[in-house]
Amino acid sequence: MSKTMSRKNISYFNLLLIFAGGCILLFIVAPLLGMFLNCSGADFMSAANDSKVQSSILMTLLVSMAGTLFFAILAIPFAYLLARKEFPFKRFITGIIDLPIIIPHTAAGIALLGVLARGSFAGNIAEKCGFSLINSYGGIAIAMAFVSVPFLINGARDGFLAVPEKLEKTALTLGASPSRVFFTISLPLAWKSVLSGLIMMWARGLSEFGAVIVIAYYPMITPILIWDRFNTHGLKYSRPVAALFIFICLMIFIILRLLSGKKKDAKT
Amino acid sequence: MLKLNNISKKLGDFTIENISFSVEKGDYFVLLGESGVGKTVLLEIIIGLIKADGGTIHFEGNDITKEKIQNRRIGLVYQDQSLFPHFSVKENIAYPLKCRNLKKSEIEAEVHTFATQTGITHLLNRDTETLSLGEAQRTALARTLATHPDLLLLDEPLASLDIQAKAEMRSLLRKINADGQTVIHVTHDYEEAIALAKNIAVLENRTVVQTGTPNEIFQHPKSEFVANFAGIKNFYQGELIKKSNNIGFFKTAGVEFEVATSAENGHVNLILPGEAITISKEISESSARNHFRGEIKDIENVRLGVEVFVNIGVNMAVLITEESMIKMNLKIKDKVIINFKATAAKII
Repeated sequence: MSKTMSRKNISYFNLLLIFAGGCILLFIVAPLLGMFLNCSGADFMSAANDSKVQSSILMTLLVSMAGTLFFAILAIPFAYLLARKEFPFKRFITGIIDLPIIIPHTAAGIALLGVLARGSFAGNIAEKCGFSLINSYGGIAIAMAFVSVPFLINGARDGFLAVPEKLEKTALTLGASPSRVFFTISLPLAWKSVLSGLIMMWARGLSEFGAVIVIAYYPMITPILIWDRFNTHGLKYSRPVAALFIFICLMIFIILRLLSGKKKDAKT
Repeated sequence: MLKLNNISKKLGDFTIENISFSVEKGDYFVLLGESGVGKTVLLEIIIGLIKADGGTIHFEGNDITKEKIQNRRIGLVYQDQSLFPHFSVKENIAYPLKCRNLKKSEIEAEVHTFATQTGITHLLNRDTETLSLGEAQRTALARTLATHPDLLLLDEPLASLDIQAKAEMRSLLRKINADGQTVIHVTHDYEEAIALAKNIAVLENRTVVQTGTPNEIFQHPKSEFVANFAGIKNFYQGELIKKSNNIGFFKTAGVEFEVATSAENGHVNLILPGEAITISKEISESSARNHFRGEIKDIENVRLGVEVFVNIGVNMAVLITEESMIKMNLKIKDKVIINFKATAAKII
């Protein structure tokens, strides 16, 4: 009761807070809403029926998911290590993790290109295995993961930190091996945060433009397709694709959030 | 069965030093000490969660100082139970059994056995969050018993329970011990120690100051700390100088008592029951050989009456009835005289 703003205790300061919040919300919602309002149903449906758009959206969702799942195998144990162990240069390493978030993403793409291009170490290995990392799904997944993996590591680390260490100790005393403790106690109890991190990584990955365009213009992920259509045909032609892409992403994330919200973990 | 030899550990500002004691098979061994003396750390060292800086641990004749936790055959129940919140009661008890890769039917049977032993069969399908503290404690106990430990470590198992649950839990622990389970139980509560222990080790100032049966410990406390545990407020260490065969003078902190004792001269401990001391405003003719002027420092109501703390050079707790208290109208800072017979003081 004390935290709700009843009519009596609305002060000027509270009004200021509400005003600030309202402005920010408007700033976020207005352009998105404007885009949907300016997009007629017919335009929207024609974009939805366009096979190029369909396959691009599907490919973007799947490639980002594949990159997320592949890097999760490394990122989740790493997050656990950061949450539980003390080691030299831990603060420095924690800082490195956030680097992809703060550097310009086209610059990240250029940096990645040096590592993945033909003639580079990773490029050579890929070539020997019969595929290329440039202009390919693999390259796109790597570029998406590069800029989005900090979201998973940070989210999962916070989740593991919230798991009482005593529960892990207890499991050890009950005869569990450290890996069993991780899979039966730590991970399930941190799951909500880990899943939230996975969703964030996936979402951030599929909306990536700057890093991906340097690595792979083709096959065309949806953010590049929107930009391509805007460049070649203008706003009217690109807007329905953008609206459709946002709509599908929103639906998926709302469903995932609802599903992940039901599970108990250490933070609830 | 278990032998700790000079175990030491430093964790930040906290230290325990040269902890040594032995626990025999079938014993109910209570580690008694105030909060913060390192009782839980000691248990975590015994089970292997924390590595000691020095000393050795032998268990069943083997040096287990560096043995893996999973191979020690020792179980631990924490004070806060540490039940896994994402598992039901049944899944919690089944956890150690699954770690041993038992068949499903064997797990079912064992869960039932330990749930029956601890009286929680009706709770098996419950969420752990819905349990009362007593029920949670029983669940944690059943889960640890399911590891078939040769030695069971209990960290303040009764501390957070209400009186009814405490009594039931004590009875359960006694029964488990009577069935042959060796137990080390840490507590800060001396009543708990008396109620359950076959042997006691007292932890004070980072180390073990006394070990023995409850009788030995509380009849012959070796320090003020132990005496206080036993509810003895008037405990003094000093020198005994004999005047004759049965009478001597006990000197402590500049105060001299006349005591009836057959003990030899030297450094001794003396206890003086509070109920054996009287308070008066004037020195009156009586059989008491000891009279001291002092000032009342504090007055406290206790179960049997009123405890009056008088400073006569040393602090002395005097137990009087409420009627006497009212009649004499005693107040803090009053100057009074305390009297006790030479036979009231006991040299131990």
